[in-house]
Amino acid sequence: MRKQLMIVLGVAALIAGCGTTGEPEQSGAPVEDRDAKRVDGTQVKPVTTDDQLGSALAATRQGVLAKRSVFFDYDSYVIKDEYKSLVEAHAKFLVANPKVKMLIQGNADERGSREYNLALGQKRAEALRKMLALLGAREDQIEAVSLGEEKPRCSESNEACWSQNRRDDMLYTGEF
Amino acid sequence: MMTFLARAVLALAVFALSLAARAQLTIEITGAGANRIPIAIADFAGEPGVARAVAMVVRADLERSGLFKLVEAGAPLAENTAVNFADWKARGADALVVGSVQPAANGRFEVRFRLHDVQKQASLGGLAYVMTAQQGRTTGHRIADYVYEKLLGEPGIFSTRIAYVVKSAGRFELQIADADGMNPQTALVSKEPIISPAWSPDGSRLAYVSFESKKPVVYVHSLASGNRHVAANFKGSNSAPAWSPDGRRLAVVLTKDGASQLYSVNADGSGVVRLASSSGIDTEPFFSPDGQFIYFTSDRGGSPQAYRVPAGGGDAQRITFEGSYNVTPRLSPDGKSMAFVTRNGGRFQLALMDLATRQTQILTDSDKDESPSFAPNGRMILYASEIGGRGVLAAVSSDGRVKQKLSVQAGDVREPAWGPFPKH
Repeated sequence: MRKQLMIVLGVAALIAGCGTTGEPEQSGAPVEDRDAKRVDGTQVKPVTTDDQLGSALAATRQGVLAKRSVFFDYDSYVIKDEYKSLVEAHAKFLVANPKVKMLIQGNADERGSREYNLALGQKRAEALRKMLALLGAREDQIEAVSLGEEKPRCSESNEACWSQNRRDDMLYTGEF
Repeated sequence: MMTFLARAVLALAVFALSLAARAQLTIEITGAGANRIPIAIADFAGEPGVARAVAMVVRADLERSGLFKLVEAGAPLAENTAVNFADWKARGADALVVGSVQPAANGRFEVRFRLHDVQKQASLGGLAYVMTAQQGRTTGHRIADYVYEKLLGEPGIFSTRIAYVVKSAGRFELQIADADGMNPQTALVSKEPIISPAWSPDGSRLAYVSFESKKPVVYVHSLASGNRHVAANFKGSNSAPAWSPDGRRLAVVLTKDGASQLYSVNADGSGVVRLASSSGIDTEPFFSPDGQFIYFTSDRGGSPQAYRVPAGGGDAQRITFEGSYNVTPRLSPDGKSMAFVTRNGGRFQLALMDLATRQTQILTDSDKDESPSFAPNGRMILYASEIGGRGVLAAVSSDGRVKQKLSVQAGDVREPAWGPFPKH
């Protein structure tokens, strides 16, 4: 939202710049580029951040990148081997698309204190964040947060259900 | 003939009433004190409707406390009529409340009452209040507080409020109700979870964690105006707000430097300072009432246990040692005992530790107890539990005898926080 506003403001500043006829702000002789195409000062091409990232993000909805969850054992915060190739694929995508951001949401099962479970979910999110960073994703690309026990995927009180709730979910730009 | 509009308005009003009824907390007494004081509360004389309403609130409050036994009182009695002590003694009452409600200026009412000690055949005092017809419940609570304090020597909590979260069909509501569950008001509605409400010491604001921006963020919310601001929204998770006793700072848990660790911020969100550090999880901070220590949960020793650090920084001291899961340490208002949740053979139960002797007593017999919160007089502890898969609130006295269950008709109730004494 803020980015869109900045772009709008930037375009507005450009339009305002086109309208002025005063001294150039940069020093040195003015250069006229005779080959430049004529720009109609009244036309504005809308640009949104989604458009810029749109084609890249489309890839995250297909194939291996469409898989976004990593599950954990009871009382464990270690990414299991079976998820290594999935994490590698996401890391590769983040490296190739440095403007794309990821939110990792860690989760815990319902047993015990809500705030302590929030901290346990954070530990899971942090484990995934560290692994992605080791594989080359930039620090400012990934944010690790926790939803604790608050957003269960399965709401029954048994191990089959709890095992689905001990997980990390990966969300890309536009999804959070 | 009713117009369409009138019918629509009526339908809406009925709908709103049914919503209010569903959101109403009902309190059931499931255990009482060993020595309940027998007390008669006569209907107040004067304006019949208002008088009866006030006396009913006083009776309900005292009975719900589990510390009084109501004695049938019969006909209305004004505060200035002569009391036949022998008769009340014969009826088994140790104490008697009499009073009246008279019309006052501007459509208001003057409520007067007097409390008598039947055994000593003496007056224990009385008061007068001027109120509107709508303030009958408030006045009743204040009379109950007066009676409670005179007879038990500690302040009553009948005029306090509680905060809690109701979850129903993908909707989360942070609600505030009177301590008797009446008059529920919604402070915040969200599609995303709300947890960990904490009252500011003056009772005007709540700090809480809201997930409305897809991650936990700490807000401070002024109840009267509905204005709220972000108190902690750093990279990562922000949670577990706890007020300092002077109401100026909040202890919070942030993950901006990696794992969940303790920090403090000013109530406006400025001036972040780290309070403690460990290589594991530190969370659930709570200030001791004198402001000297911060109690918290940490897994630094391998399992989650209660610890404390000096509020100004220093070494952490472990408080709980028995068992492998002791979380959510909450100090009593006198600072002498600590309520916490302990895992006891797979069951999560509420426990109370005497901090001087380190003796611990398990207070509940349920299996999913969470989020203890002391009443401001320290007598009761409100907590979240589960019955038949549904979230309910429950309260237990610090001696484990008096027990109450608080539930709403449709929905889960959780995350209770008992507010401070009101400023009269």
